[in-house]
Amino acid sequence: MKTLKTHGVGHWKLQRISAIAMIPLVIWFTTSLMLTLMDGYEQSIEWLQSPFNATGLILLFGTLYFHAASGLQVVIEDYVHHEGLKIVSLILIKLIATVLGVLSILCVLKIFL
Amino acid sequence: MGKIMSRQRPLSPHLQIYKPQLTSILSILHRGTGIVLSMGSIILVVWIISLTLGKETYLLYSKVVNHWFSHIVLLGFTFGLFYHLSNGIRHLFWDAGYGYDLKHAYITGGAVVFCSLLLTILTWSIIYLSVI
Repeated sequence: MKTLKTHGVGHWKLQRISAIAMIPLVIWFTTSLMLTLMDGYEQSIEWLQSPFNATGLILLFGTLYFHAASGLQVVIEDYVHHEGLKIVSLILIKLIATVLGVLSILCVLKIFL
Repeated sequence: MGKIMSRQRPLSPHLQIYKPQLTSILSILHRGTGIVLSMGSIILVVWIISLTLGKETYLLYSKVVNHWFSHIVLLGFTFGLFYHLSNGIRHLFWDAGYGYDLKHAYITGGAVVFCSLLLTILTWSIIYLSVI
């Protein structure tokens, strides 16, 4: 019972922290998208080879998939009432988010290194 | 035990019998855009994979993304992103205990819609102007 309660509070807090982190990351990324990333292949690769941009993009992908998974988790918990379906979809969401997050970060590293 | 407990817990409002108001529509839209953006984020993964695979793959990606139909989809995603961003900030203020009364809920709700529309128009104007 106690662990269940603290788990909920922890999830609530982490969702807010990831939301706050997304604010500057999204503003920075959309600005970069308009300034350089739409210019072409060479410009994008060059942009990604800067340690600042690579770090930012890794943080963006990591935070994005954490935030997405925690948001979708709440929606599933609220609207999927079938216990089995709920558990399966929760696991699936976390699995997909982890795979996409790791895959995209790996790509950023490959271009940067 | 889990079953008995979940039965006693309050359920989320049933959307079918809930009278639509600006505030409730915005609240549903926040979740809706969150779900849609989660799926749309796959475009970002495709983007970074195409860059990793080399110029040829990137040009193919670029061709698909720059199709007029893709632009319409991306326009929708842009609005969703700016909406979720501004309404998310509104939510964070609520979490901190500000703007909870009905009057301010409506004012900030209107501001969120205005801001997200403005930012979407601004972004796409810059995109199209920079192409020309």
